[in-house]
Amino acid sequence: MRAVCWNGKNDIRVETVPDPEILNPRDAIVRVTSAAICGSDLHLYDGYIPTMQKGDILGHEFMGEVVEVGPAVKNLSVGDRVVVPFNIACGQCFFCQRELWSLCDNSNPNTWIAEKMMGHSPAGLYGYSHMTGGYAGGQAEYVRVPFADVNPLKVPDGMPDEQVLFLGDIFPTGYMAAENCDIRQGDTVAVWGCGPVAQFAIQSAWMLGAERVIAIDSVPERLLLAQTWGRAEVIDSDQVDSVLDTLNEMTGGMGPDCCIDAVGMEAHGHSVDALYDKAKQTLRMETDRPHALREAIMACRKGGTVSIPGVYGGFIDKVPMGAAFNKGLTLKMGQTHVHRYMRPLLERIQNGDVDPTRVITHRLPLDEAPQAYRTFRDKEDNCIKVVLRPDGNGHHLHRHHDGNGGVQGAV
Amino acid sequence: MRDDVNLNPSHQGTGSLEVHRTSDFDAEQEESNLAGKVGQAVMIVSGAALVAFAARRRSWSTLGAALAGAPLLYRGATGHWPTPQAVTQRVGASAPKPVEASVTIGKPAEELYTFWRNLENLPQFMKNLESVVNLGNGRSHWVAKSPLGFKVEWDAEIVEEREGHFLSWRSLPGAQVHNAGTVLFEPALGGRGTVVRVTLEFKPAGLGSAIGKILRPTTEQEVREDLRRFKNLMEAGEIPTTDGQPAGQRHLLSLRSPF
Repeated sequence: MRAVCWNGKNDIRVETVPDPEILNPRDAIVRVTSAAICGSDLHLYDGYIPTMQKGDILGHEFMGEVVEVGPAVKNLSVGDRVVVPFNIACGQCFFCQRELWSLCDNSNPNTWIAEKMMGHSPAGLYGYSHMTGGYAGGQAEYVRVPFADVNPLKVPDGMPDEQVLFLGDIFPTGYMAAENCDIRQGDTVAVWGCGPVAQFAIQSAWMLGAERVIAIDSVPERLLLAQTWGRAEVIDSDQVDSVLDTLNEMTGGMGPDCCIDAVGMEAHGHSVDALYDKAKQTLRMETDRPHALREAIMACRKGGTVSIPGVYGGFIDKVPMGAAFNKGLTLKMGQTHVHRYMRPLLERIQNGDVDPTRVITHRLPLDEAPQAYRTFRDKEDNCIKVVLRPDGNGHHLHRHHDGNGGVQGAV
Repeated sequence: MRDDVNLNPSHQGTGSLEVHRTSDFDAEQEESNLAGKVGQAVMIVSGAALVAFAARRRSWSTLGAALAGAPLLYRGATGHWPTPQAVTQRVGASAPKPVEASVTIGKPAEELYTFWRNLENLPQFMKNLESVVNLGNGRSHWVAKSPLGFKVEWDAEIVEEREGHFLSWRSLPGAQVHNAGTVLFEPALGGRGTVVRVTLEFKPAGLGSAIGKILRPTTEQEVREDLRRFKNLMEAGEIPTTDGQPAGQRHLLSLRSPF
């Protein structure tokens, strides 16, 4: 089959590899019909996630059709259409039983690496380094899905791929970020970043009762989408002297009640701290660049919540812990417990509350993945979200502007 | 000097070992010049290369390389040629401490005990074991894999068992590798299942297994990995794996998990 393989920093290749096989009784094999490139895949592309190996198959946002099931999988049949969570959970351990699916104890065969780096191991992930299991990912024609009896969500008849594809990661991730804010009546939610996860966090903040949503980014088309689709007030961080001052002014000196860092470890910025991080990260003295996180902590209202869906992989410097402590902030974070949110959010989509396809700007055949990664990383061609079609049916589709100047993908 | 493996009473007299080690220490002092250090490094590297070559090929034709490499490696690492006397005394003196590890498993102690007590199940999660056959009357025959492809076999007996709670076993006299183990199953706090605590002791006997000990000590990490697999099997019904999954072109020297 054809598969998108990591070959090193900035080196993505589509290679011909063997088809996956059932390896364990609870496995299934899925023929992938759609696979997205995630913002977190860019951390791999840029070489910032340790324990990647040349030849690793990427992709953790995918869906498709079941073509084979292991002997222990009783609830799926060949031909079922499924969307698969990016984290792999056994469904039976202490963590799965408490719906902390991304912390599953039994899905990572390489716990020893994660334990050395983090004390304990999170769940296995598709296509996201050997520290989290080294599972072959779904940017391929076929993928092996472990614990297939508890992980995939069956897609109701008649729903097109693009309506449900993002239930495997970014919609639940944005939702959990907003839920972690514990939004109360009258709350203002500020979101750093206007990428796809941020867009879903904005949608979710409204669903959970936010009074006001403010989005911060410097990429025009992303700010536009946050404005049009997300109905958010926006701050272009390149156009203001200080994001902090601007937020203070907008909130009458209080600061936002909830601050969401939907940027993570590769924050861009031109401030002194951002340049410091870039230098240290380049020299491998710091693994992550936490500019957005620092700003979120500094901006947050006293007693407020900082919620972190943006990925961090290692160590960060100069985090204003004193501010977080003395302002009595709550910090919430973690890989998304996707399984918890798939069904309720599917209902939201079915009800017409949210149209997830709004973030899609590019639909490409799998073989164009190397170009797609570059375009997405460099935010060229107004790229916000790429969906790869392994069946070759994707075509380079430039964005369509709607009447309001918003970016809308065609369904 | 503490002899941590108390399986064989003859190794408990530590007085003579103290004397021997003092003279070892003097000899090491003499060698601690730069040339000696370089020489030792060369011996380690060349010895390890020969052994690694043999381990990779695993054929009779490379056995010679292994036999030539191992003493070099030993000498490089310790500063002594592995004469039979030096080996037995050193192994006795520096015998590894019992390895201890524990894990919490979300299942009742009785269920875990029952699975473990059927010793023939152990190779399902103990990676270095090839098979265990129940011989009846509390006795069993164990076959383990060594990195050079040789099999190590021994007979063992159950020493003590308290149903649903505790089990201990040890190898019978004459084993190539003296070993013993205990496993304790105790209820975890808050109804979280069972805490499983394991201790394992290994003491190779004779020259051949002394080399085995140097190359392949049983580490705490290995026991922890075995216990993780036990937990995976008991809770999830299977052990997660990626062995056999597809991948693109790997590097020639692609790393594999040692566990």
